[in-house]
Amino acid sequence: MLDSKVPSGPLAEKWDKHKFESKLVNPANRRKFSVIVVGTGLAGAAASATLAEMGYNVKTFCFQDSPRRAHSIAAQGGINAAKNYRNDGDSIYRLFYDTIKGGDYRAREGNVHRLAQVSVNIIDQCVAQGVPFAREYGGMLDNRSFGGAQVSRTFYARGQTGQQLLLGAYSALERQIHLGTVEMHSRTEMLELVVINGTARGIITRDLVTGAVERHVADAVLLCTGGYGNVFFLSTNAQGSNVTATWRAHRKGAFFANPCYTQIHPTCIPVHGEDQSKLTLMSESLRNDGRVWVPKSKGETRRPEEIPESDRDYFLERKYPSFGNLVPRDVASRNAKAVCDEGRGVSGGMAVYMDFADAIKRVGEHTIRDRYGNLFDMYAKITAENPYETPMKIYPAVHYTMGGLWVDYNLMSNVPGLFVLGEANFSDHGANRLGASALMQGLADGYFVIPYTLGNYFGSTKSEPVTTDHDAFKEAEAAVNERTNKLLSIKGNRTVLSFHKELGKVMWDDCGMARNKEGLNNALKRIPEIREEFWQNVAVTGSGDDFNQTLERAGRVADFLEFGEMFAHDALLREESCGGHFREEHQTEENEAKRDDDNFAHVAAYEFNGYGKTPTRHVEQLVFENVKLTQRSYK
Amino acid sequence: MATTNGSINGHSDGHSGKTIALHLQVWRQKNSTTKGHFENYDLSGVSTEMSFLDMLDMLNEQLTHEGKEPVAFDHDCREGICGTCSLMINGYAHGPDEHTTTCQTHIRSFSDGETIVIEPWRARAFPPIKDLVVDRTSFDLLIQAGGYVSVSTGGVPDGNAIAVAKESSDKAMDAAACIGCGACVAACPNASAMLFASAKISHLALLPQGQVERKNRVANMVRAMDELGFGNCTNHGECEAVCPKEIKMDNIARMNREYYFAAL
Ligand SMILES: Cc1cc2nc3c(=O)[nH]c(=O)nc-3n(C[C@H](O)[C@H](O)[C@H](O)COP(=O)(O)OP(=O)(O)OC[C@H]3O[C@@H](n4cnc5c(N)ncnc54)[C@H](O)[C@@H]3O)c2cc1C
Ligand code: FES
Repeated sequence: MLDSKVPSGPLAEKWDKHKFESKLVNPANRRKFSVIVVGTGLAGAAASATLAEMGYNVKTFCFQDSPRRAHSIAAQGGINAAKNYRNDGDSIYRLFYDTIKGGDYRAREGNVHRLAQVSVNIIDQCVAQGVPFAREYGGMLDNRSFGGAQVSRTFYARGQTGQQLLLGAYSALERQIHLGTVEMHSRTEMLELVVINGTARGIITRDLVTGAVERHVADAVLLCTGGYGNVFFLSTNAQGSNVTATWRAHRKGAFFANPCYTQIHPTCIPVHGEDQSKLTLMSESLRNDGRVWVPKSKGETRRPEEIPESDRDYFLERKYPSFGNLVPRDVASRNAKAVCDEGRGVSGGMAVYMDFADAIKRVGEHTIRDRYGNLFDMYAKITAENPYETPMKIYPAVHYTMGGLWVDYNLMSNVPGLFVLGEANFSDHGANRLGASALMQGLADGYFVIPYTLGNYFGSTKSEPVTTDHDAFKEAEAAVNERTNKLLSIKGNRTVLSFHKELGKVMWDDCGMARNKEGLNNALKRIPEIREEFWQNVAVTGSGDDFNQTLERAGRVADFLEFGEMFAHDALLREESCGGHFREEHQTEENEAKRDDDNFAHVAAYEFNGYGKTPTRHVEQLVFENVKLTQRSYK
Repeated sequence: MATTNGSINGHSDGHSGKTIALHLQVWRQKNSTTKGHFENYDLSGVSTEMSFLDMLDMLNEQLTHEGKEPVAFDHDCREGICGTCSLMINGYAHGPDEHTTTCQTHIRSFSDGETIVIEPWRARAFPPIKDLVVDRTSFDLLIQAGGYVSVSTGGVPDGNAIAVAKESSDKAMDAAACIGCGACVAACPNASAMLFASAKISHLALLPQGQVERKNRVANMVRAMDELGFGNCTNHGECEAVCPKEIKMDNIARMNREYYFAAL
């Protein structure tokens, strides 16, 4: 039933062949097609600009006050591309291989190879836009190695790579808005997908300033709405990041794939108190120079600078001599957790040190400042400690979600006309994403994949003329209004924030870095209880026809409360450990994730069966024709 | 329960650091057509480890419990990079700490019992929306006037075909680091957007990719600044002083030079 539509033929030729066989829409006809793009992160901004340049009519939406503020702006470390500028053995095939392996063999070969192929075009495109990537003295592009890679293939713009890439895509988007080819709707939230005759034909939005609920019709809808890490309440994601767009689409028939695949990033600033609203990432590029350690013995009371080498345990270097501090994120996170569980954590027990003293000795403070200056500043601002003098304290935090709406090779969901790009889809990272590859995927999807696959869809499907007067639009709009009115009418005693925190705690305790059957069953019991109470007792002040941030948040938390249950359900049914999904029942003697390729080398994609009902689990078998499935080893 | 996950990820019980009491004077304004006013609120038990926006969350929790409408304020990343947060805090754009956004400002910068006055950005080109939230669409319009290189997707040369001197690239990056928060406009007595516009113009003027459209870019963006209702620059330097990303007034000098040459 789930057809990935990966083209046949040799791996390296699939994409070219597919492009050649795709239907085209001739330039004069493109203006007859309209496209809705929800989201202006790397995926959405790149897609909007590119499709508009090609001649399609584009309407773009984001909930922030400007498209430039999408969450992609926060990415720090860099973007991968198989340029092999370093002459160190990189190639498209190696990037493909590393990504498949890093994802613990739970991604599609065809998609990943295409990603590696177009990665090289992305860098060229961004340079042409004026993205100020780091340069060497000779004027050529600089690279660094990044989490889990043994080649230097990561391009970067200081510690603000996401910002610079997004500003590049944003500037291309603004150019099109100026030319009148994109109609931009900022401070506008998508609250429903409209499906007509089984095909995605529009959305219902709420203007966050006036509260106006509006209908938008198009020939295709692209969701580029980012990840759902905030289901954990605390994460490195921006406050507004949410699951609403994809969850609403899921309720209208789109399958949700691998919801339990979450990435817990090893290097974040530890939690300080219960009133904290977010966790801050310290880019993993820091692991190139920072050495991670804890004291050898429990109950160590000396300041880190006073602890001699002989009393320190550089646990990653010790356990993984060949990758050392650069092991993939899931491995680094689990090991940090393990030493803290042993009681050797620092600063109250839930932190490990990341130490730059050796690097500063080796290359000088100036060079370290050049490489990570803004990250060190950020750390100092948050913690009031100087990381040039004393080691940073770090701990893992929820960071990225590999799961997302199920899409085929064309990035189309099982609902025709509904395409999903960037972090919002599930497609390329398997069970664990490698560092610097989300930016790559977002831009690949937006600049270089969707222009072809959307053209093929338009070229091969006949779109019936519909208007926003269609009953499906009326019903969807009524549903939005009903929900808003319901939220406002409860007038309960508990704040939206308190529900979000309660859900987040259940998710972290029971569906976090290590999961087991008992905990997951507990989550499956608790989440519906919290949800029930939410709908009885939430306090949403203000009105619906006004700027109302409480109402916005309430809608998002309500969706997280439905989504969280499916998340736990998926984690329970996946009786193996793979990548970021670690089931305590399934580990090797050395406490590494133990996959079960015989039974779980597949994608689990869920079909909505109604509110509170168990979703149907569909399976897409993963076919590996090129790589051999092995136990990942970073020793 | 998977107890091994422990009570972490922010679900710890209690605070580290000490707690203080604050007296807040907050600008409340229902919408763009209603007049605003200050309201006074007392908040106690505020941890010095909290960020400024965590503190506003705490205030809003308190207001909600009292059945009052929470204070609207803009924020998203809460790590100083998206440019969404704003706020005049005791008369300073982004508060008392140098080169720090409001979201990165911490309560440890304030003292026990202190009165904190919190207002929105005020500028003609940033009309009010509600409480502390204003409309900064004018910045997007300013970028639309020319803040880009006109390349479409595809057909561009190899990234290394365009050599860029490290020094130029570093300087371009200094300027490109602008987060578009609008503090420069809010702090300027003339509500000028010179620092914002000049950062973009510098970023592109310093790179080979920006050369082709160099003259038109500066001419169009300067015209747009006037049309959008931003004031002129009279060299007060407040913009540079409040900029959380340390964007320098050198950029304004460069923009003026660019403008002069464009007019020749
Ligand atoms: C702190 C941090 C650092 C990172 N660093 C790196 C890195 O160094 N390298 C790397 O490769 N990756 C990194 N990542 C991951 C990467 O940044 C993201 O995965 C990626 O940017 C997501 O891009 P996107 O376009 O899919 O979505 P986003 O950038 O999240 O954009 C989502 C868009 O959707 C809109 N939206 C969402 N819901 C709605 C709705 N209901 N209605 C209307 N609009 C909506 C939003 O307004 C926004 O415009 C990092 C992530 C974080 C959190
Ligand atoms: S909230 Fe993003 S910069 Fe402050």
